[in-house]
Amino acid sequence: MAKRIDATSVTAYYGGFKAIEDINLTVEPKTVTALIGPSGCGKSTFLRTINRMHEVLPAARVEGKLTIDDQNIYERDVDVTAVRRMIGMVFQRPNPFPTMSIFDNVVAGLRLNGVRKKSVLEDAAERALKSANLWDEVKDRLGKPGAGLSGGQQQRLCIARTIAVEPQVVLMDEPCSALDPISTLAIEDLMFKLKDRYTIIIVTHNMQQAARVSDRTAFFSIEQTGDPGRLIEYDDTQKIFSNPSVKKTEDYITGRFG
Amino acid sequence: MGDTPDRSANAGTGGPRVTIGHAGSAGAALSVDVPVTPADRAPDGAGWRGGGGGGGGTGLGGGGALPRRSAFGAERLFQGFTMAAGTMVLVIIVAIAIFLIAKAVPALNANTANFFTFEGWFPNEAQPRFGIGALAFGTVLTSLLALLLAVPVALGIALYLSHYAPRRVGTALGFLIDLLAAVPSVVFGLWGRDFFYGPVQEFSVWLNKYFGWIPIFGGEGPFGRSILLGSLVLAIMVLPIITSLSREVFRQTPTANEEAALALGATKWEMIRTAVLPYGRPGVIGATMLGLGRALGETIALAMTLGIVSNISFNLIENGGNTVAANIANAFGEANDVGRGALIASGLVLFSITLIVNITARAIIYRRREFTESAA
Amino acid sequence: MTTTMTPAPPSAAPGQSPQLRTRKLPVVASLGIAVAAVVLAAALVYGAGIGGTALVVALAVVFYLVGLFAASNAVEGRRQARNRTWSALIHSAFVLALLPLASVTWTLVSKGIERLDGDFFGSSMNNIGARDPNGGAYHAIVGTLEQVGVATLITVPLGIACAIYIVEYGRGRFAFTIRFFVDVMTGIPSIVAGLFVLAFWILIVSPYFNDGRPGYSGFAASLALSVLMLPTIVRSTEEMLRLVPAPLREGSYALGIPKWKTILRIVLPTALPGIVTGVMLAVARAAGETAPVLLVAGGGAAINFNPFENNQSSLALFVYQQAGDASRYAPARAWAAALTLVALVLVLTIAAKLLARRNRFSR
Repeated sequence: MAKRIDATSVTAYYGGFKAIEDINLTVEPKTVTALIGPSGCGKSTFLRTINRMHEVLPAARVEGKLTIDDQNIYERDVDVTAVRRMIGMVFQRPNPFPTMSIFDNVVAGLRLNGVRKKSVLEDAAERALKSANLWDEVKDRLGKPGAGLSGGQQQRLCIARTIAVEPQVVLMDEPCSALDPISTLAIEDLMFKLKDRYTIIIVTHNMQQAARVSDRTAFFSIEQTGDPGRLIEYDDTQKIFSNPSVKKTEDYITGRFG
Repeated sequence: MGDTPDRSANAGTGGPRVTIGHAGSAGAALSVDVPVTPADRAPDGAGWRGGGGGGGGTGLGGGGALPRRSAFGAERLFQGFTMAAGTMVLVIIVAIAIFLIAKAVPALNANTANFFTFEGWFPNEAQPRFGIGALAFGTVLTSLLALLLAVPVALGIALYLSHYAPRRVGTALGFLIDLLAAVPSVVFGLWGRDFFYGPVQEFSVWLNKYFGWIPIFGGEGPFGRSILLGSLVLAIMVLPIITSLSREVFRQTPTANEEAALALGATKWEMIRTAVLPYGRPGVIGATMLGLGRALGETIALAMTLGIVSNISFNLIENGGNTVAANIANAFGEANDVGRGALIASGLVLFSITLIVNITARAIIYRRREFTESAA
Repeated sequence: MTTTMTPAPPSAAPGQSPQLRTRKLPVVASLGIAVAAVVLAAALVYGAGIGGTALVVALAVVFYLVGLFAASNAVEGRRQARNRTWSALIHSAFVLALLPLASVTWTLVSKGIERLDGDFFGSSMNNIGARDPNGGAYHAIVGTLEQVGVATLITVPLGIACAIYIVEYGRGRFAFTIRFFVDVMTGIPSIVAGLFVLAFWILIVSPYFNDGRPGYSGFAASLALSVLMLPTIVRSTEEMLRLVPAPLREGSYALGIPKWKTILRIVLPTALPGIVTGVMLAVARAAGETAPVLLVAGGGAAINFNPFENNQSSLALFVYQQAGDASRYAPARAWAAALTLVALVLVLTIAAKLLARRNRFSR
């Protein structure tokens, strides 16, 4: 189910502004990769290029090559919706559809794919909610609006919604930044569990979190404001946090800047 | 207007509330009125910015007991005035109802036919006979038909402006649609009568030729100055209202929800169906109701385009059709005393209907507003 | 759709690499479908002799949509087909809406320009018979300006005070009720406002100082227009007052300036440009109202500068009356007046919107 991702000189723009430049990086299947770095270094931008969400913003474009198991997702005849179905995404703030019930939220992706049969949807919803460690909390109120859940529950609902369509890769853009410590712990536990089945890439500001959950860590940085973000160092998490090979990485993780 | 003094007396009872309001604000203690007139304390113009005001303030704090609030200070006066103005809104709405009823009752008493069921409108005769039935029917028929034509198109334009058009184009075209809303109804009426009548008449003849077997397109003619023409003109007039309100609510769809749908692999249309339309639905319903309110009350454009025949008929293309409002404009000229009363009675019915429609529409929009505020 | 009813979505079938590449409908194909649709529609309509150009266009659009859906469904699948068809529908809705806009503009300018001369602006309809080609709207323009002017004088202080109450003083249920009914009031039909003033002012009040007869006047029209303008002005002022930052108020309170003075000296001036915008929009709307003026000002052919006595006309009413006039010269006068009216209303509206936009940018 999991996929290997290869980025080759990926450069992304917002209009005339170059947000990231020349990113080269390989993500192995069934691993958790953390993207860390100071604000504005382009780690979220890079994350969004992986499932082609970057181009949703007006005037945004991407250059370079990004392959998923040797298929370049930026080739001309690639179906964007198929890419996004294969590479799911969890956002910074929990964003359940406000008008839908918990159940409808989880199966929204399946419904888009034309699945209509109630039993199929119910099975899928139960499976996804169990995977997201949310089933026990919501099984009695699946018909209630998703917006009524707590922030942490909403975020797990969004994760359930993402994995319900059985993607190969799950991208997480600072999924815990809007959550309290207990909810954060619940999501981190969940990542350990999901690692068995999915390739996970997570952007985080929290270095302890990166150290706790990830196998590999990529450190992004910028020279100064207005410059494009670059990949400074990419290695095993252990190595990055104990013995980084670049001075800048060391400065960042020891808190000397950023 | 006899109500006004009563209401301003209420301003006094409103006083304590304001103290509560002050207690919550930063300058609570200092905003209490003092024997020194406010003009003395606050130097004119920009003086409040400088130290002058502050100097006056220190003088105040020196005394033993704090100064008492005066009973009839400028603060009270001003507050009373604004409250009276606010109350005016309610007074006007109530007054509309009262005066319309006052003038309608004598005419209704003189009426020798059943006001609700009689189809004709002959209030000026020695034995006045008039009924609202045909007029109300015509009003509802033209308005609903206009909405039926306008709402799908309006939603299409709103979606185009909010989600399909390039940003700059969307803004410019939205401006154009807003201008369409500003064009006076008499101009639409004139256009409908002098220009649009031609194409609609041809279309009606064509409909009659090929679809005459459907009752609504049947008849012997003449065609043209019909419910169809009136509804089309009305549709064009309510289009901008529904469009601009719907565009606003579509635009307010949280980006997070749109991105969530796209990240699930939705196509653009699927994204709109999953995230935008459900979110905007209450707003669209409210906008449609407001459009309905406008359509029900539209006078001049319909007075100029309908055939003005008071009968109940579903035929859309034959000369005919009348509405409460158009009838008032057309029959007012030759109305005598009872005639005017009868028209006022019909206006009262129109007022009640639009009031109900508007209150419903606003209630829907208000509920939605609270909903989105709590969700944000 | 039954084919996709498998437990897992089709792209995630186990052991099989999902297909990211899809066949896309080339642009040429859409063009081809469009051409085919037009040809087919034309052949059908003219062949069977069942209509003209309009029917060809309408049928061509339907054929195009159907063809597009079918082709896209075959090449790209149902979801893309839906996406394309809806997109085409939404675009065509927009084109459909531009048609009346263009038609109204064109008719208005081409027909209105004919009588737009000095005589039109310089003379009234007094002593103009059915056979006289001249005559003008001077009296109507005077009427419009006076009626709207008086209505503005009545409404602006009242509307601003009402908005101040809602924003600054009002608390709880009563203020909410007022706010709600201000919104409801925007929906009162203009003819009802006219009837209200007819019942209250013309038939009940005015006979007291008009020898017992109902006295139609421009002032009565102003009253009716006030009823229509009030909610618009309250709403826009209210919004502007809410935008004034709280620290500005608190800074003033903290200097010991009483609340009423803070509102008049600091809050109102800050919100002023926005309030002016709202007033201009309300004026534009009022200037175009016909029905209330028809009911309570009575109309009239002669120039009457006094809004408090005797009948007055207005531009909108002039359009209506000329449109209903049997004289062969009347339509030209109606269109010229309509063009004048639209020009007046649009200048006000555009100026108001530009003012609003400029303020938004400077904030």
